[in-house]
Amino acid sequence: MVYLTRRYRFSAAHRLHNEALDAEENARMYGKCNNPYGHGHNYVLEVTVVGEVDSATGMVCDLAVLNGAVQREVIDRFDETHLNLDVESFRTRVPTAENICLEIFDLLRVPLKGAGPGRSTRLERVRLEETSSNFFEYYGERDTRSTAPKVR
Amino acid sequence: MIYVKRRAEFSAAHFYHNADLSPEENRRIFGKCNNPHGHGHNYTLEVTVAGEVDPTTGMVLDLKDLKKILEQEVLQVMDHRFLNKEVPAFATAIPTTENIAIEIWKLLASKLTFGKLHRIRLYETPDLFVDYYGE
Repeated sequence: MVYLTRRYRFSAAHRLHNEALDAEENARMYGKCNNPYGHGHNYVLEVTVVGEVDSATGMVCDLAVLNGAVQREVIDRFDETHLNLDVESFRTRVPTAENICLEIFDLLRVPLKGAGPGRSTRLERVRLEETSSNFFEYYGERDTRSTAPKVR
Repeated sequence: MIYVKRRAEFSAAHFYHNADLSPEENRRIFGKCNNPHGHGHNYTLEVTVAGEVDPTTGMVLDLKDLKKILEQEVLQVMDHRFLNKEVPAFATAIPTTENIAIEIWKLLASKLTFGKLHRIRLYETPDLFVDYYGE
């Protein structure tokens, strides 16, 4: 099995705010991120796929399929938007980096199933850097790290 | 258990071509990478060795030894080479990043006299890399 990772970038605005909480609770919970006008980040997204290396091509993943899926499902949807206002799934869910990670994993899981020439390829991990100091990783509901070859 | 990582850089040319496929199929699958004149990358190799800390030295391994093995076993073989033409393994296997990582694992695994080879990470560009754990 080889793990292949590619990095992508998108920029977006968001506001962390939960309608179910009152103004004081939101301010306490989210601090500066609760500013009603929102703020933005340059996000760096790492997408990792895993699979067997196909013997005919030497490849684990068709990069055109990977790039196409990320462009279509993530970049076109999130880049240069206000996540709370422009992205359907964040109308009801707070667009924290955690939730963005979960959403991206959900968006990519099916399009990347069998994305390699060998057809065993699947999405393994989504890693999202909100700033150079903060990053978040999601391995899907079936967290395979315990059964993966070794701890990374 | 401690994981020690060391980076090394090498530059090499390659192209992707499978002799079993027709020229049209090769162009369709590999695109620009099928140009037989080749193209090049600055590869960054990150080698991870796992081991216990030696109570006498406080170290898992002597980094000088790891550096020397990387130079002998990998850089001398691949640095400033045309991988398809000059590296025996790639006379048959296509030198994709995936296959280069697997080949580097093979070159290094038996040569380490300390710790245990844990991971080969190979960056083809800063935005594209593969990881191989030996299985």
